[in-house]
Amino acid sequence: MTILLKLEAVTKRFGGLTAVNKFSTEIHAGELCALIGPNGSGKTTIFNVITGIYTPTEGQVLLGGEDVSGKRPDLITGMGIARTFQNIRLFKGLNVLENVIVGKHLRLQSDPLSSVLHLPKYQNEEKEMREQGLVLLESLGLDHFAYDEPTSLPYGQQRKLEIARALATNPRLLLLDEPAAGMSPTDAEGLMKFILHILDYFDLTIFLIEHQMRVVMGICPRIIVIDHGEKIAEGSPEMIQNDQHVIEAYLGVSDHA
Amino acid sequence: MKKISRNHILTFAFLLVFIVLLILAQSFLNPYYKRILNLCAIYSIFAVTFNLVFGYTGQFSLGHAGFAAIGAYISALLTLSPEQKAVNFFLQPILPVLENLQLPFFPTLIISGLGAALVGALIAWPALRLRGDYLAIATLGFSEIIRVLLVNMQRVTNGALGLKGIPGHTNLLWSWGWLIVCLFVTKRLVDSSYGRAMKAVRDDEVAAEALGVNLFKHKMMAFLVSCFFVGVAGGLLANLISTIDPKVFQFFLAYQIVGITVMGGMGSLTGSVIAACLYTIFLEALRPIESQFTIGSLTIPGIPGMRMVLFSIILLLVILFYRKGLMGNSEFTWDGLINFFNKRKKKPTGYSSGGTQS
Repeated sequence: MTILLKLEAVTKRFGGLTAVNKFSTEIHAGELCALIGPNGSGKTTIFNVITGIYTPTEGQVLLGGEDVSGKRPDLITGMGIARTFQNIRLFKGLNVLENVIVGKHLRLQSDPLSSVLHLPKYQNEEKEMREQGLVLLESLGLDHFAYDEPTSLPYGQQRKLEIARALATNPRLLLLDEPAAGMSPTDAEGLMKFILHILDYFDLTIFLIEHQMRVVMGICPRIIVIDHGEKIAEGSPEMIQNDQHVIEAYLGVSDHA
Repeated sequence: MKKISRNHILTFAFLLVFIVLLILAQSFLNPYYKRILNLCAIYSIFAVTFNLVFGYTGQFSLGHAGFAAIGAYISALLTLSPEQKAVNFFLQPILPVLENLQLPFFPTLIISGLGAALVGALIAWPALRLRGDYLAIATLGFSEIIRVLLVNMQRVTNGALGLKGIPGHTNLLWSWGWLIVCLFVTKRLVDSSYGRAMKAVRDDEVAAEALGVNLFKHKMMAFLVSCFFVGVAGGLLANLISTIDPKVFQFFLAYQIVGITVMGGMGSLTGSVIAACLYTIFLEALRPIESQFTIGSLTIPGIPGMRMVLFSIILLLVILFYRKGLMGNSEFTWDGLINFFNKRKKKPTGYSSGGTQS
């Protein structure tokens, strides 16, 4: 298996606070890997470092061997990393289809002038973007919402739309930040099946954050656990479940005064 | 396909009729009404361009007055005849380079627009990295800097004395023609893929960036297109009112533009035009309340600025009762109009209320 994403001793400090401390890991092409940890353990910070929202204080992020640390987020997206957000961040002023094809904008060839003049090249590109967007929505079962406002969608569908939008950028690696947040256990299970489906269907690599351990146990072959910004365990669900450090991190240590 | 061509024909026919009306108005209307109509078009350009930057891209810029000033002064200096310049600059002579420079109106306006856009680019480079209130403060400050420069660059701008006797090139065809060009470009831009990216930036910068939208590039694009047309409108204004001085471009102008755009509806270009026209016409129609008038036995002395008080009240009412402005974020469309009339004729159930996309 080839290594798609490599984090080398990534450290992120905010003033005196070390949010992530010497975090290293590898994500292999085609795998589904989960990052779990208690509240405030630095999971989202790691995602923000990978996607360029934060520049790592130390260490490197390598995508397919290429250093992406400190690059602008939109350039990193162009190189093949897409993400969703913990709190849904859909574009309220655009309809569902438009939300998706914003993700296609970075591959647009036409310049602004030919777009304004509606030159044939731009019109073809626009048509193609819309068609691809509809195909994508259809493959995720969202096509009947295509012309609705995103806020009118049920919560679970909004989560799916966020994923659809990220997929529109044609990523190699998809980062999902707590995709099942705020969902009932049944819905969360449904979403996890959906994630397995897209992993296969789009030939992706998925790295996801989850707060509840139970949700990922069933589907992720490999789990990384962090606490206080440091990796405390990595391995199969069974290994994680029986790891002393993980149990301590989640349940606390029995402290005799 | 048939529907699209019908709308195109309607638009084309409308434009044709409109241009004929403009020509007729230009030849038969009295100068006072012509001036009001010219101002309608100029304020419409201001409002439409502000809408592009704020309503569509979400960048709250208060620099319009400054950019309009740049356009106005460039246009004034390029259209004034050498003799007029000599008359104007009696305190200190004009810079020799500018002394004999005189150009036709069209290239002058283009240079006005480009000049404003160039200065816009210099301001935007640092300022567009700021967000929300900070951008507003920075651009407001810039606007004031421009005004102070205008007062102090005696040999270029004639300082506080201003420039007088600017030829009145602006007529209804120029002003409304430029408004149509501005509307066409803005509408096409906001409906394009670039426009979608701008709206994405407006709705959520972090998400837009994560989807590969270059924030700076798209903000800059909206800003520069806006600056260009504001510069042109400034030039049109200078050649309409024929006398300009730095006071014309106080930040009050920027607030007026914000007010008009909010009244028209953020994200509605036709709303901006309607609001700008209403505003200009009302402001003129309300002139009598600034002079002395009598209600019953009560005599109210003339208070200059009463119109503005009334304007503020109207703005407050609009914000209270029409929070989204007159048009919200929908546009006037032929489909909407036809549906509206169809619904009136026979109140059927099947019609959806007015399409918002043309």
